[in-house]
Amino acid sequence: MIKVITGNEAAALGAMLCRPNVVCAYPITPQTEIPEHLSEAFAKGLLKGKFINVESEMSAIGYMIGAAEAGVRVFTATSSQGLAWMHEGLHFAAGGRLPIVLVNVNRPLALPWNLTCDHSDSLSQRDTGWIQLYCESCQEVLDTVIQAFKVAESMGLPCMVCLDGVYLSHVSESVDIPDQEKVDEYLPPRKTTLEIPCPEERDNRFRLFKKDPPGLADDYEQNDFMTNKYQLQKIESHCVDTFIEANKDFETLFGRGYPPVEEYRCEDAEVVLILSGSAVGTSRYVINVLRDEGYKVGLVKLKMFRPFPKDLLRKALLEKKKVAVIDRDISPGQCGIIYQEIKWALNTQAQGSLIPVYGFVSGLGGADISTRLIRRAILFTIMEEAPQEEVIWLGPIKVVGDNYDRNAIKIS
Amino acid sequence: MIEMQSKYPRDEYMEAPRSACLGCALPLAFRYFLKVMGGKVVFFFPPGCSPVIVNLPRRIIRYEGQLIRIFLSLFGTTAAIAGGFKTGLIERGDTETEVVTWAGDGATLDIGLGTVSAAAERNEDIIYVCYDNEAYMNTGNQRSSATPLWAITTTNPLPTPKGQWKKDIMSIMASHAIPYAATLNIAYPDDFMRKVEAARNIRGFRFLYIFTPCPTGWRYRAKDTVKVSRLAVETNVFPLFEVRNGIHFVINKEPDKTPLERYTAIQGRYAHLTPQQVGEIQEKVEQRWKWLKWLANYKE
Repeated sequence: MIKVITGNEAAALGAMLCRPNVVCAYPITPQTEIPEHLSEAFAKGLLKGKFINVESEMSAIGYMIGAAEAGVRVFTATSSQGLAWMHEGLHFAAGGRLPIVLVNVNRPLALPWNLTCDHSDSLSQRDTGWIQLYCESCQEVLDTVIQAFKVAESMGLPCMVCLDGVYLSHVSESVDIPDQEKVDEYLPPRKTTLEIPCPEERDNRFRLFKKDPPGLADDYEQNDFMTNKYQLQKIESHCVDTFIEANKDFETLFGRGYPPVEEYRCEDAEVVLILSGSAVGTSRYVINVLRDEGYKVGLVKLKMFRPFPKDLLRKALLEKKKVAVIDRDISPGQCGIIYQEIKWALNTQAQGSLIPVYGFVSGLGGADISTRLIRRAILFTIMEEAPQEEVIWLGPIKVVGDNYDRNAIKIS
Repeated sequence: MIEMQSKYPRDEYMEAPRSACLGCALPLAFRYFLKVMGGKVVFFFPPGCSPVIVNLPRRIIRYEGQLIRIFLSLFGTTAAIAGGFKTGLIERGDTETEVVTWAGDGATLDIGLGTVSAAAERNEDIIYVCYDNEAYMNTGNQRSSATPLWAITTTNPLPTPKGQWKKDIMSIMASHAIPYAATLNIAYPDDFMRKVEAARNIRGFRFLYIFTPCPTGWRYRAKDTVKVSRLAVETNVFPLFEVRNGIHFVINKEPDKTPLERYTAIQGRYAHLTPQQVGEIQEKVEQRWKWLKWLANYKE
């Protein structure tokens, strides 16, 4: 069934189709519609289980941790300050191997206050151990939520589905809503034993790895902390393949899919642009126009950010002449976060000369990443001889005119 | 010799705590609690003394040969985590297992108060136990909002003892109109176990507030833990009472007007007190006792 819905509605519908047992969320702009839709679904009896009104995001993640430990399917949604407020719970959930699915509507953190979009909220949670998936369209939001449950529960890892605040959360698109029966086929109920997991009295040290689903990190003795992180890293290393597998199954059933790293018109491309989120759609158009003009350019969409699909990225990028990264985020004092990661991925393999990578920062706090800006970024990458170590600012910036201002590269 | 009469089991369910300080009141509290609670229970321990002393590192306890699970939870969110676990169990069809939060004064009165309040307001079906040793004892005796007036801790050492009154968590919890809230004291085991039993037989959010003296932090001799506990009740510092639905207060023990000095004199944390300061505490204790009596006189 095709419906015209917003990204928030798509996220809520995706969650509903997965039949979560416990949902709780604390409202925050621009995520608020998600808990509203879900609480309505529970109230109307469309969903069996409980919607819990909590008093903060910290309690929301706490409640999810508790319910996931009890073995049921759980869902929550948040944004920005709320995600930051959950921070210690995010580490806890990943270390505890709890398959929580969280939709994060991307919005930056104060100060200054801003209610629109950039990716700095979720990217600053990159080291928590959560799977992170970014979406380009409302359709992708709905589908990714369903895939997220599949991957999270099979890996015993929490998963964050990220969609751009306002650009997706409040924009309506036509979305094909899958049949419930098909989703049920794709995603059977979460498998857990009915007993409350209780460690054996003797030698429980490696019990965690034998259990299905992978269990609770607090069975570890303190000396096993390294072992726990080793195991976490091991699981994460299988995660990209698991996602590819889950996506393949999804494609078979629903006729559409989203690889962790999507290459668009990259075959003979010399310069490739890479980015995440809703600006990918805009970039596709720019690439098409530049191709018509004869430029050999391509696009790589980074859907999966954690675990970092480094092998897929190397496959997509290593043969290219130049790479441009547009970050909708910044790590102040360093540079764009995705840029750092791409540089790392391309630098670690000995390939003779290094591929130049250009790091643009754009669209912070909801500033428009327009077709004009994307075009200028790609042309800058083509023309400029050597990439800058410094951030290349893409978009209008008001400056005073000191030394830094004069030297900073600004494209607007 | 006097034969102790109690209707509660003589059997012990708790294994010997390995790493409690000498004279710690917590193992006693845990022991009494388990005697009544039975084996169908799951514990959530936020950071504090308890996770350290109860069979670390396995964090399990034995009840009639069966093992009881203790989950470690987050400091500020333990009420939410326990609530989530209970809801998850109910969704799985298990309505019997009792979910118990076992948290200190720091996790309850301070860092986690918001989530405790919210869980109480939602009337989550859990037993929330708060053991109060009147400071952050796990980290070595730092001031909490439960630290009493004029006591010293490592973060308010002399010449600046705590100048504020102790936070009244019982009034806060009662104000949530929860089905059951009670104060418990290890020097009164029968009253203690009766209240655990009462809590077990009620559904909804139940708050048990246990007074657990700490010889290490309060600086009294380890053998005096029960004595200090009893004196806290006899001097009205920690009255024994129950509240049902937030308005029906019942006082369980009318003390015999023991002067406050007998309580403060044996504790090193009060060694610096002047007679005026003792008088000030005494006066406030009496005021609050009168107020409690007034509450207990309420009739519908």
